[in-house]
Amino acid sequence: MDIVIENLTKKYGVQKAVDNVSFSVKNGEVLGLLGPNGAGKTTIMKAITNYFAPTSGTIRIGNFDVVEHPEEVKKHIGYLPETNPLYEDMPVVDYLHFVAELHNIPNDKIKERIYDIILTCGLQREKYKKINELSKGYRQRVGLAQALIHNPEVLILDEPTEGLDPNQIVEIRELIKKIGREKTVILSSHILAEVEATCDRIMIINNGKIVADNTADGLRKASRGNEILIVGIEDGERNDIYEALKQLETVEMVDFSSKDGNNCFEVQSKTGNSSAKAIFQLCVNRGWYISRLNVIETKLEDIFRQLTKN
Amino acid sequence: MKGIWVIARRELNSFFDSLMAYIIIIIFLGFTGFFTWIYGQDIFFTGQASLTGFFNISYWTLFFFIPALSMRLIAEERQSGTLELLLTKPVSDWQIITGKFLAAFLLISIAIGLSIIYYFSVWRLGNIDHGATITGYLGLLLMSAAYISIGIFASSITSNQIVAFLLSLFIGIFFHILFGIISSNFTGLIGRILDFLSMQTHFESISRGVIALNDLLYFGSLILLGLIGSELSLAKRNLSE
Repeated sequence: MDIVIENLTKKYGVQKAVDNVSFSVKNGEVLGLLGPNGAGKTTIMKAITNYFAPTSGTIRIGNFDVVEHPEEVKKHIGYLPETNPLYEDMPVVDYLHFVAELHNIPNDKIKERIYDIILTCGLQREKYKKINELSKGYRQRVGLAQALIHNPEVLILDEPTEGLDPNQIVEIRELIKKIGREKTVILSSHILAEVEATCDRIMIINNGKIVADNTADGLRKASRGNEILIVGIEDGERNDIYEALKQLETVEMVDFSSKDGNNCFEVQSKTGNSSAKAIFQLCVNRGWYISRLNVIETKLEDIFRQLTKN
Repeated sequence: MKGIWVIARRELNSFFDSLMAYIIIIIFLGFTGFFTWIYGQDIFFTGQASLTGFFNISYWTLFFFIPALSMRLIAEERQSGTLELLLTKPVSDWQIITGKFLAAFLLISIAIGLSIIYYFSVWRLGNIDHGATITGYLGLLLMSAAYISIGIFASSITSNQIVAFLLSLFIGIFFHILFGIISSNFTGLIGRILDFLSMQTHFESISRGVIALNDLLYFGSLILLGLIGSELSLAKRNLSE
């Protein structure tokens, strides 16, 4: 099921938490919402899940408008809220049974579904424990299990790996990726590596507005501009190498990069060009050898900071 | 319809798991039993095979008990955030409210229902007016339903259970006694309106054995008003201001 959002605005009093946002997510796509605290990620998610109605704008899930057909829409959504609220006094299986019933899963299928989801989320050993006896990581799994129990077509996950240990994070990411192949998933996070690892598309939000919407690679390309290489070349005179590099057609600028080593250079290529091949050819001709060659990647963190600083 | 029952059952289980249900039942039966059989205007004192004493005590006991029971129904969910979970499941706000109402009403009905042993005991002692007893029970149930409904409304507008408790007592006391007292100072239309608003008027009329349409209308509209008020207070989240 596709999610189509048009001109979504949500006001809290006079403050606009989300300001005229439009985007769509296709079936089989995992969209990562990134943004600083208070950017409006959670507000967008709450509006999609019909926790509250937007001030203006429309949200459609499949063929249904969220405000006009709330119950129909809610059937197809699995939602893990940011705070992961749970009924503390209930054992895990009872809780999942309750959620399954709310989702109108037929009685004869409920046991099977609970068994499946407990296996998927790795809750076998904890299933009879009361939720308030569980550690944070397991509570998060219970939250995920309740979002998945009815096999929803749309999954909205607000910071799904919050509070998990590194092993669990990898497991949950794998799970989200697997699920994401058949479903429409929106997840939010402030861990950039996570978004990069799990999402097909990244949307950066700041002050209630979309400031970037692209793949991780696309974001890098857009912000990087020119290629920058760190090259180490040995067996030659430092200044000769410097001059020779400068002569290359594709090269825009060369600088000594002494922090990386004695014969290291920072080579910036002209827009749209790559100099690696030419440098290799140069070294072959002169009888030098290349001791290192690194591409400097623009970190997602840098892009994020650049786009969201006020 | 199923949604209401699923929510009611979870709520009812949570009453019994947290001992709340047992405490309510034991204290209700103990308190009313004490004044029906042992102390004050008890049955042996009045020498009549009638449950009037029991109904009068219950009228007051339930007035204090129900807010204690209903205060957590929505406020606790709002406090812990589980309300967000419920509201994003495929159930309507109305189903959530009525589910909660049903759970509290069933628990109170169980407590009132268990007092039927008093009825059988009195029956053995003398000639009891069966009609008046049955309508007396009906009056208790209707009154409870009205207070539960008010209690849910109080619980729905705050996330603090103590505030919900006090607020529902505050709203309740008007219907329970204040309207009745004030009405005696007025004549004419105002007096009649205040008298109509007084719970005591309707409760007494029903427990005397008369089921009048205006009594049913009174309780019905109080219940409905409380439930609709609660639903509106849940729907307030959709507003931007």
